[in-house]
Amino acid sequence: MELHDVWFVLIAVLWTGYFFLEGFDFGVGILTKLLARDRKEKRVLINTIGPVWDGNEVWLLTAGGATFAAFPEWYATLFSGFYLPLLIILVCLIVRGVAFEYRAKRPEEKWQRNWEEAIFWTSLIPAFLWGVAFGNIVRGVKIDAHKEYVGTFWDLLNGYSILGGLVTLFLFTFHGSVFTSLKTVGEIRERSRALALKLGLVTAVLALSFLIWTQVSRGDTKSLVAMVIAVVALVGAIGAIKIGREGWSFALSGITIAAAVAMLFLTLFPNVMPSSLHEEWNLTVSNASSSPYTLKIMTWCAGIATPVVLLYQGWTYWVFRKRIGTQHIADAH
Amino acid sequence: MNLALAPETLARWQFGITTVYHFLFVPLTISLAALTAGLQTAWVRTENQKYLKATKFWGKLFLINIAMGVVTGIVQEFQFGMNWSDYSRFVGDIFGAPLAFEALIAFFFESTFIGLWIFGWDKLPKKIHLACIWMVSIGTMLSAYFILAANSWMQHPVGYKYNKATGRAELTDFWHVLTQDTTLVVVFHTLTAAFLTGGAFMVGVSAIHLRRKKHIPVMRTSLRLGLVTLVVGGLLTAVSGDQLGKVMFKQQPMKMAAAEALWDGEKSAPFSIFAYGDVAKGHNSVEISVPGLLSFLADNNFSSYVPGINDVNKQEQQKYGPGDYRPNIPVTFWGFRWMIGFGMTSFAIGAVGLWLTRKKFLLAPGLRTGDDEVPHLVLFRNKTLGSRLTGWYWFIAIWTLGFPLIANSWGWIFTEMGRQPWVVYGVLRTKAAVSPGVSQGEVLTSMIVFTLLYAVLAVIEVRLLAKYVKAGPPELTESDLNPPTKIGGDDRDPDRPMAFSY
Repeated sequence: MELHDVWFVLIAVLWTGYFFLEGFDFGVGILTKLLARDRKEKRVLINTIGPVWDGNEVWLLTAGGATFAAFPEWYATLFSGFYLPLLIILVCLIVRGVAFEYRAKRPEEKWQRNWEEAIFWTSLIPAFLWGVAFGNIVRGVKIDAHKEYVGTFWDLLNGYSILGGLVTLFLFTFHGSVFTSLKTVGEIRERSRALALKLGLVTAVLALSFLIWTQVSRGDTKSLVAMVIAVVALVGAIGAIKIGREGWSFALSGITIAAAVAMLFLTLFPNVMPSSLHEEWNLTVSNASSSPYTLKIMTWCAGIATPVVLLYQGWTYWVFRKRIGTQHIADAH
Repeated sequence: MNLALAPETLARWQFGITTVYHFLFVPLTISLAALTAGLQTAWVRTENQKYLKATKFWGKLFLINIAMGVVTGIVQEFQFGMNWSDYSRFVGDIFGAPLAFEALIAFFFESTFIGLWIFGWDKLPKKIHLACIWMVSIGTMLSAYFILAANSWMQHPVGYKYNKATGRAELTDFWHVLTQDTTLVVVFHTLTAAFLTGGAFMVGVSAIHLRRKKHIPVMRTSLRLGLVTLVVGGLLTAVSGDQLGKVMFKQQPMKMAAAEALWDGEKSAPFSIFAYGDVAKGHNSVEISVPGLLSFLADNNFSSYVPGINDVNKQEQQKYGPGDYRPNIPVTFWGFRWMIGFGMTSFAIGAVGLWLTRKKFLLAPGLRTGDDEVPHLVLFRNKTLGSRLTGWYWFIAIWTLGFPLIANSWGWIFTEMGRQPWVVYGVLRTKAAVSPGVSQGEVLTSMIVFTLLYAVLAVIEVRLLAKYVKAGPPELTESDLNPPTKIGGDDRDPDRPMAFSY
């Protein structure tokens, strides 16, 4: 295995970390409308991710920075090619971050309601668009001989990628509802579990169609294994939430996300961004990567820093391990 | 094509707008994190409640500010790929690494520990909670270091070779990129300027309250801390700026010649205080200058030769082929002056304030003030400022909080525009760096979207800051004074509301 293959795996790991962690963050943001009965319950939901959402989002920045360093051509083609969808995602992430921090900083109801509205939409839109983006990466887009994206915005909206978007949207919402079942206490926890069950079933139908489509059109044995793991874990997650094993359910919905990302990356390899125009114009792990020297330095850095990051991020979840309910939310700010 | 709307022009405007905006928050974040950490350390060590109140007050302003810094930083990470894809392809091998290091080492640090700090008041023992804000502070500085190493490589590319086969620059010596003199001096200059900014902010906000005789114990302490930070930061900013100038005279003579509007090289070159130039003809129509000072700034010698704009332009034409290698001279010239002018004005106001509010030194005993009194502004041993001058000083001190923000912005505009027409000096031209596949309409759309969004957020942010500045330090609660002894919080009452919640 050459270093650029290692980095292909590491980029997949970073995206897995991002979708696992910000996946439930997005889900919680969406649930503020689906699950909360009143504004206090909304605050319970928001506070389940309060201390951690910012750290979770760094996985995206790291995935972006690592792609820039390890696969500059991939970074350049992807972000200049998917220009407008990325713009929309960036706007959402900006507004979403400010919304969490500023919502409670003024007592006026209108101020708070506006930010709550923002939290919902800026969670929902990226949750959908990431799936669209990855659907397109796997499917292949119009890339010319100069590694430039030559398609339009509308080319990015096709049946496969839109289905991919719906999968991430529902999978993240399901993942989020399992998370809130695990992190809340009282009546909202019961409703969260009931909702998780419903969301799980819709997610299963969508995910199964998308994964089978992927497997049939470009899968091999390895991707089939990943797909089976993803499907079994998803069924397990739904079963576990049904019998009230929230911890297990959360671990399994996490495995679903990891296995689904693994499947997409396995179908990509050795490409990182295939061209739909000509096979020779595919961006691959070798023609899109950095020099071996840069990759070596990056490997050292990632090898040392990532375990440390996992350690202190994990510790954060342990510090905030207590469930919260409406009784823990003070009335006044 | 209409030149004003050339893709390069639009992409540069967007980069300028988003980066200057982002950098309004960065220096305050860096300095307020450390200052808040310092105040909290004082609380943990002395248990004097005024320090805890000060920590809560400045911590709140810090959080309002860092939220904006974080979210506007996301754009920075992706903008290279969006608008500057040819740049990204060309330099990714080198430029990407410090960016990835920044995310992996600094961003995770900052973002994780800030969550722990915000929500950790009733979840972490006192000392561990304190350690969290220090971690945030270290994270902000590491972040500055890595991104400045990347920028310094654009100013002075080292540790790389050009690979003809792939048509891009490739890294050969990462250690050199991280430790070259440009990087070290720029980091020194940026961090000291950050503390100048934070010090001025603290002085300005404290002055608002002291002028009205409100929240005196907390604001009096904050004023002193702010003044010391402002003066030390300002002094070191000047020292590091001088060093940086000398490095730049060697590495980018064009930038410095343009900064001085020195058209033709000369020995004992003068430092011009004011110049009005004729760019087409290549000379100044009007100029006021100090003889020899520029040579001294460049080379520590009043009689050294300093090359002029016209000379460097000719040299670069010989080296890189025909073309105009001059940056926008009025912007570079005035940007340089505004940077120094606003920064040093703030420093001077701080130095005066530090003298006027001294506690004992050369001060008649009758003029000393206690912890709950607004300090007298004492000019000489027995002589205080009159009420009118005192009013003026507080008024100016309030306004000084904005000056470093202006200085910082012009500093970046100066150094980035002064490097033009290069994006990587001597290696890659800016016009060759833009995304060829991105349409004018797309760049224009994103520029308008970001500008409008940032404008709206600026209004929201400033009003929120004003609200919390005005509110002053909060009253301490029972829970503030009884921090938990166990990680995860005490079990006393499982239904106790969280000390902080969104």
